[in-house]
Amino acid sequence: MNFFTEIASFFTFSEPNVKVVFWGSLILCSISGLVGTFTLLRKRSLIGDVISHSVLPGIALAFIIGQQKNPLYLIIGATVTGWISTYLVDYITKHSKIKNDTAIALILSVFFGVGVLLLTHIQHSGNASQSGLDQFIFGRASAMNMSDVWLFTIVGSIITLLVVVFFRGLSLLSFDESYSQSIGFPNELLKLVLSITTVVTVAMGVQAVGVVLMSALLITPAACAKFWTNKIIPMAILAVVLSGVSGVLGSAISYTYNGMPTGPWIVVVISLFAFISAFIGSKHGLLKKYIQRAKNNTKILRENTIKLFFNPDTLGETTFQFEDIFEKSNMQRGTLKKGLKLLKSDDLITLDNGTYTTTEEGINEAKAIVRKHRLWELYISRFMHLQPDHVHDDAEGIEHVITPEIEKELEKELDFPTKDPHDSDIPY
Amino acid sequence: MIDFWIILTASLVATTTAILGCFLIMRKMAMIGDAISHAVLPGIVIAYYLTNSRASFPILLGAAASGMVVTYLIQFFNQRVKLQQDASIGISYTFLFAIGIILISLFSNDVDLDQDCVLYGEIAYVPLDTLTLGGFNVGPRQVWILGTTLLIIAGSVFIGYRKLVLTTFDPAFAAAMGVSVVLWQYYLMAGVSLATVVSFESVGAVLVIAFLSGPAATAFLLTKDFKKMIYLAIGFGISASIIGYYMADWLAGSIAGAIATIIGVQFALAFIYIQFLRKSRISETLENKVLT
Repeated sequence: MNFFTEIASFFTFSEPNVKVVFWGSLILCSISGLVGTFTLLRKRSLIGDVISHSVLPGIALAFIIGQQKNPLYLIIGATVTGWISTYLVDYITKHSKIKNDTAIALILSVFFGVGVLLLTHIQHSGNASQSGLDQFIFGRASAMNMSDVWLFTIVGSIITLLVVVFFRGLSLLSFDESYSQSIGFPNELLKLVLSITTVVTVAMGVQAVGVVLMSALLITPAACAKFWTNKIIPMAILAVVLSGVSGVLGSAISYTYNGMPTGPWIVVVISLFAFISAFIGSKHGLLKKYIQRAKNNTKILRENTIKLFFNPDTLGETTFQFEDIFEKSNMQRGTLKKGLKLLKSDDLITLDNGTYTTTEEGINEAKAIVRKHRLWELYISRFMHLQPDHVHDDAEGIEHVITPEIEKELEKELDFPTKDPHDSDIPY
Repeated sequence: MIDFWIILTASLVATTTAILGCFLIMRKMAMIGDAISHAVLPGIVIAYYLTNSRASFPILLGAAASGMVVTYLIQFFNQRVKLQQDASIGISYTFLFAIGIILISLFSNDVDLDQDCVLYGEIAYVPLDTLTLGGFNVGPRQVWILGTTLLIIAGSVFIGYRKLVLTTFDPAFAAAMGVSVVLWQYYLMAGVSLATVVSFESVGAVLVIAFLSGPAATAFLLTKDFKKMIYLAIGFGISASIIGYYMADWLAGSIAGAIATIIGVQFALAFIYIQFLRKSRISETLENKVLT
């Protein structure tokens, strides 16, 4: 069977088990997207990493005590050791000179080491029903069954409910912890709610994704969403949707290729979303930044070119040959040509037989930019006591960003001056 | 004899990583070590697949390549698109590690690597893979590789010691003196990558973090003298290797896992000791004050 028919068979639920895998990964991934939004905003993403590695000993212990793979026991065991690990990281950081990152690395690896020791101990002690336990390391969504899905639904609903009920407090805690404390929000309770939901989410999620990669499911969806928005509600919704979609896609791929672990595929899909978001994200994406920069550069070029037409003697209509302007400017020939083209398309200058003439609008614009430049020069020489020969470069940059409001403010502050520090007129 | 070789292998890993770990944790770079140790996986797998051998050099090249990719990714997310540091690290290494695991599953017929081995190594098999020189059995191949690595790392730390310490403890002063902080950071990172890759087969990607951060952190609790801290860390690493080996033997479990457990126990004991010391010191000063 080829790839597409396999994928199609996944999404049409042609086998009963597919339904379980579909709903299981959808629920797990969506919830981790929701919880991850808060851990990311609290800059505690790596705590997710600690928890996900630290649930392993809990799972192994639950198995040793319960002697079977009961999902409820395993989740309880995982929750207990996961919670202990975050507590220990905080305790060590607070009560010794060990730095937070060292505490994270130490607790994460030691707990994982204990988990590995217990897991290998179980395997070597030859308990037949241990099969499936090592799936917790890389996750196998196809090993889920209907009762798992019911458990995820119930626990997931409780987590969602908690997040909705405590939403205001949690968002405030994530953005400004000390403010939240000062206006009397119960910070300790909120932190407890957040850490419990995080730990329980991880404890469930390791079924599908495995302990090693579970942290990605907390970090990456929220990070994706952050490239698109700064508002917490859209961010949480986007994180949930992206995470859910990658959960389903990842388990579809893993289901299609027999023997492929689910976790890595889900992580690869959500990471691809992250790369795409980093490039085209509408809030902090790279493309957005480039467009902004290109726009600024055009504005600066336009203003620098029109400035060349400013003639202090006439303060009126000026004509120039290209070579005259080129000599006056310190631009590259091509850059200047581009600048002139911009001015011409805005009707600030006219071109007639190789002679450039400014229009009325052009003169006004040139005046305006020279005015801002000289006002700023005067301002910093007067208020920062800079020598007149030191103020030009600074003004050269700032003239492009002075808004009309700032300009008015400057004029008032300087008492409507007529001369700049170099004793040139300030044109009005 | 097998006992000896395994303990020697673990001790070599522990010594190399303890030296580097002391610098890492003082520079607050423990998690970068974590990221690198996970992220070298795809490079290692591709090198295994292409050369079809366990020859060390191509694998080192592959690991170095993916180590560079993860450093670049972290820097891209953190600086180009202004994502916070912890999330940048988290996204980058989980992505590369996931790719590595997928590649292992994809090449599982051709490559002699399995998923579990990646995570916690197969130190128990080290003595089986021996090296013959001129028809003479000179011991496990891994021991020779790790021994050489230890010499290289210890040698380069010894040579660059003053500048490494300077850039670790006072980067601003180092920069003012004209010592390139970035250069020495890469020097250290190169060492960490090398140590991680060669330790990979014996202790795996996650447990090498325990070796890197654990003994160094325990030593840091107990002394303020950096040189003493390095010696203590080496001591803790080696003793954890010995105790861990016998514990694994007793529990019939993973040796690397047992060593990591002992590393954790050592830290816990040192931590409790420090807390106890601090409390008794506080009550002593209180008593003195009451008396005077």
